[in-house]
Amino acid sequence: MTLLPLLKGRSARAWAGFAAAALALFAVAPLALSDFRLGLLAKYLCTAMVAVGICLAWGRGGLLTLGQGVFFGLGGYAMAMHLKIADAGPGNLPDFMQLYGTATELPWWWRPFENPLFALAATVLLPMAVAAILGSFIFRRRVKGAYFAILSQALAAAFAIWLIGQQATTGGTNGLTDIQGFFGYDLNDPVNQRMVYFIIAAALLLLIALARQLIHSRYGELLVAVRDSEERVRFLGYNPANVKLVAYVVAAGMAGLAGALFVPAVGIISPAMIGIVPSIEFVIGAAVGGRASLVGAVLGAVGVAWAKTALSEEFPAAWTYFQGLLFIVALAFLPGGLASLVGIVRRRRSSRATGGTAGDGTGEKTPALPLGEAA
Amino acid sequence: MTVILGQTFTGISIGAVLLLIALGLSLTFGQMNVINMAHGEFIMAGAYTTYVLQKSISSAGLSLLVALPVAFLVAGALGALLEWVLIRRLYLRPLDTLLVTWGVSLMLQQAARDIFGAPNVQTRAPDLLTGNITVIGGDDPLTFANSRLFILGLAITAVVALSLTLRLTPLGRRIRGVVQIRDLAEVSGISTSRVDRTAFFLGSGLAGVAGVALTLVGPIGPTMGTNIIIDAFLVIVVGGIGQLKGTVIVAFVLGVLQSVLEYSTTVSVAKVLVLVAIVAFLQWRPQGLYTLRTRSLV
Repeated sequence: MTLLPLLKGRSARAWAGFAAAALALFAVAPLALSDFRLGLLAKYLCTAMVAVGICLAWGRGGLLTLGQGVFFGLGGYAMAMHLKIADAGPGNLPDFMQLYGTATELPWWWRPFENPLFALAATVLLPMAVAAILGSFIFRRRVKGAYFAILSQALAAAFAIWLIGQQATTGGTNGLTDIQGFFGYDLNDPVNQRMVYFIIAAALLLLIALARQLIHSRYGELLVAVRDSEERVRFLGYNPANVKLVAYVVAAGMAGLAGALFVPAVGIISPAMIGIVPSIEFVIGAAVGGRASLVGAVLGAVGVAWAKTALSEEFPAAWTYFQGLLFIVALAFLPGGLASLVGIVRRRRSSRATGGTAGDGTGEKTPALPLGEAA
Repeated sequence: MTVILGQTFTGISIGAVLLLIALGLSLTFGQMNVINMAHGEFIMAGAYTTYVLQKSISSAGLSLLVALPVAFLVAGALGALLEWVLIRRLYLRPLDTLLVTWGVSLMLQQAARDIFGAPNVQTRAPDLLTGNITVIGGDDPLTFANSRLFILGLAITAVVALSLTLRLTPLGRRIRGVVQIRDLAEVSGISTSRVDRTAFFLGSGLAGVAGVALTLVGPIGPTMGTNIIIDAFLVIVVGGIGQLKGTVIVAFVLGVLQSVLEYSTTVSVAKVLVLVAIVAFLQWRPQGLYTLRTRSLV
């Protein structure tokens, strides 16, 4: 009986936060920011979409995936391939293929991407399929912890190297560049750029709502349980492999969608955006903001991406030092990220008020972090 | 025939480099359970040490000989410092060590860029190591590069030295004791924190030696550690954590596999195929080639 009002309160607060975020993204930002700044924000929001998936897989599920770049890349390339074909016009080859002169017609695996519906579906389903295949192999055999992190990182490295190697069909190191149109709209037009921004903002809100729904479902509880004690969950009759697989696949789909929307926002996708370094950078934002908190992960991702632009333009060297330091401080000394500060402050205050070890009074306990995850 | 032999030798020499790098990791990752992403930057530190020494010692051969112990000390000191400042706070959170040390690696790379400049630098190899040995003469000769043979010798020496240290010396016994049952080692009067730091010193020092070896086969640059470190981690994962024997076998097998696949396909396809092979292998032996038999449920 006492829980009910608390639940209502939590849900009401979440809706209020959601509405405020929507207001900020759809009304305040477009009015307050120049076209250029809005374009940058669109880019940051794509990073935040990846962070939502990371919050689910890593923060909730304890799966440190250092290969989100792969899924981001799969989504991005699927979208970019279609846009390149559309830019070239019917019967023509994309510009870079003409340049290398090796291909006289579209390679067979480009052909399906001529179809816009196939390409759109592939941006999300392709990464999910790859994650499902890989994940089912990895999780079923109980490969976990550090093993999983290293394998996912090796995957990112191998994928980037493979893309670079297939120069004639993937554009190699340059990637797919100079994308002009987006389903018939000219991307050079600022109005259409703003439309892309709105699509990205809407997609981000959608993903946050989806992730929140998952986290607060029975499945979400199971995911945290698997993270904290996989054996106990197994003894209760669940298969932890499937629980982890769902989180991994959903996170992959989110990264794929982010990659797909990143392409019209920035106009390019290349191996440099999906290799080891960007894959880890996706994790940084979530870690600094708070891996287990959706709001923390999203704000962290946007904040770190913004800091990178702001600092690295003027002081590229200083940014690298700062980035390293940020990582060290956030993970070594504040493992819950900035989001955990809220809980710490709130607990301090309430324990001072009641003079005991009371909770934070919201009914929502800050989940313990997977600190003792065995390798 | 000579082609196959030649590719196999190339594979073995790739394996030797991998082994040298993975050796240090097998101490810090395998024994200590710390995923040190800055290990690649300790390799870089070893390589730059060679470069700096060659500036002051004109004889390439002498500078290489001096570089081996000096690089060991420099990289080892960096490792011990890292352990003291950061890692000892994180022993219970192995996944976090990965991310924290990645932050360290970023800063070390940037430091190298600031000190030595972003472009790659090169060292001169001693005359003795620049030539080739012809193993099969005639129209279709088979030659082995001396530098690669030197690295192979260095890798074997390092393996023997490390395994003897772990097996026979009091320090080795303490390290193994701490790894197996930390609490029992502690109550037996072993200072576990000192053992941790020493193990870290040794493992990182081996990275420095690997860095010296790498100057013989490639350029020295701020990002030289990043890519090769992942391969070395894979070697440990496939070999079995904390298993020297597994590390040695897997380093050579992966080296030869990579080299043979590169010959029959391309470098990039070979990378992907090796990874597929590793995932397939882990289906068969999820804990790696060799594992410690325990009663743990995992």
